[in-house]
Amino acid sequence: MDWIALGLSLKLGLMTIIVLVPLALLAARWLAYRQFTGKPVIEALLAVPLVLPPTVVGYYLLVGLGSQSWLGQWLMQWTGHLLVFHFSGLLIASIIVNIPFAVQPIQRGFESIPQEVRDAAACCGMSPLRTLLTVELPLAWPGIVTAMVLTFAHTLGEFGVVLMVGGSLPGETKTIAISIYDRVQALDFEAAGSMSLMLLLFSVIVLALANSLSKRFGRRGNYHEI
Amino acid sequence: MKSELRLDIRQQRPFALNAALHCRAGELLALLGPSGCGKSTLLRMIAGLQHAESGTISLNGDTWFSDSVKLKPQQRRIGYVPQHYGLFPHMTALQNVAAALHGLPKQEQSALAREWLEKVQLGAFAQHKPAELSGGQQQRVALARALTAQPSILLLDEPFSALDSITRDGLYRVLAMLKPQLNIPMILVTHNLNEAQLLADKIAVMGQGCILQEGTPGDVVRQPLNRAVAGLIGVRNIFSGTIVRTSGARSVLAVGDQELELQRILPAGTTLHWCLPQEAIRLAASTGVPGSLAGNISHLVRLGEHWLVSVSLPGTSDILELQCPATIPLAIQQPVRLAVRTEQIHILEA
Repeated sequence: MDWIALGLSLKLGLMTIIVLVPLALLAARWLAYRQFTGKPVIEALLAVPLVLPPTVVGYYLLVGLGSQSWLGQWLMQWTGHLLVFHFSGLLIASIIVNIPFAVQPIQRGFESIPQEVRDAAACCGMSPLRTLLTVELPLAWPGIVTAMVLTFAHTLGEFGVVLMVGGSLPGETKTIAISIYDRVQALDFEAAGSMSLMLLLFSVIVLALANSLSKRFGRRGNYHEI
Repeated sequence: MKSELRLDIRQQRPFALNAALHCRAGELLALLGPSGCGKSTLLRMIAGLQHAESGTISLNGDTWFSDSVKLKPQQRRIGYVPQHYGLFPHMTALQNVAAALHGLPKQEQSALAREWLEKVQLGAFAQHKPAELSGGQQQRVALARALTAQPSILLLDEPFSALDSITRDGLYRVLAMLKPQLNIPMILVTHNLNEAQLLADKIAVMGQGCILQEGTPGDVVRQPLNRAVAGLIGVRNIFSGTIVRTSGARSVLAVGDQELELQRILPAGTTLHWCLPQEAIRLAASTGVPGSLAGNISHLVRLGEHWLVSVSLPGTSDILELQCPATIPLAIQQPVRLAVRTEQIHILEA
């Protein structure tokens, strides 16, 4: 069992959630409630990582953030190291490929709140921030939980883009998915098998937990049908 | 000081809306009209949930909306009950009502919210979530929430339309009971004339983005201004006719091949639209007396203990409708004589 790789995967998953979910909340709320020309284009752009092979995203990040690019050089001057083949580059890649997994469920969550409920909040004198915190977030919660779970699970399973951007540096960019691949390449099926089983159990438990959480919150949000 | 709502707004897009009205404190104004006539939009504009292209809205002299002022709903202190109540589904009835009092200390919020739940007879349901309440109970929670923060105006957007008639009657009673205690303007959007007649002090009939007539329920029902208003409030007997001659203080109106005497003087040759309430017509024993017409039954429907009778008149395509007890034996094509209370003939503006 490659504990270092597992730890790195968990850290990457959590960091991705911490950075991505707040940004996704803002974007999703904006997309859910605002009507403007060009909205379908923006929605399509945010969904692109769903259909694009991860290697394509990885390629562009490699080129865009690598030492040959102006952005890569500027970041190198600023941070002292290259983002590619480094945990921070991996995090950026993970955030980008996870955008649709985070934005779409939260957007659906916000869209499921009836306009009347938001109108009533405004007429009750609640400020937009207060409405967001006390009405919208509790009601959009199932979508937010789904976004967190999907992002986390997807990060654990991500392979192509991690390999492209991060390579396979132990403790830095070698996640558990890469480690399993490495073990198989080295014909160490025992280690690969135990890690795979761990990942499988872990995924099932997290998804089941998230599902039941989301249902519990979903139930208390039901309307009386008339 | 008593508050008064004054509104005068205009817009062209997304649809034309052109309305001026006022509503005094303690007065309930019903905005009556078919769906899509702009009545809910008007209410949302008063609430500040959307804005007109131009015009003014003011309450008690404070401008809420003008070319330079556009107050948000939060700045207007309004009590608003939307069509499906807009309750916060994750909160209890008590929390829903208290949500309108968020500026106050928690204890005070809870006490006031409880007091209002008692007023709408829902004290026992304080800890229930909206999903655990019936439609009528949800509506009462919404009403309590709208009133608890002592709003400067109460806005009701078809709040009774999704309820069964028994629940609706109960809620009419609740609102009628609360009304004298509320010294604020109240505006009720509805498409139900009966509801407007029961609850409103004043009715504004809306059609196609305009206010067509404003008046007391009695005035609007008895004397609709024109064909459009008469149609909207469900007057069935609307006719066109010509004054054929005048005699003394009376004019004679041609109704097909027959004539009716009007108790007012109009110049001969005047063409006009007129209407007649169903109650002003009854089956009569004989023709020939003033104010009687003869015709044939063209259509006959039994509604409970009444016949709904359509009578075609010779010389015109206009059909006259009346109700009479189902105990009277009637048949289609049967010739009938009708007595018309000509003093109830109302002449519509062109």
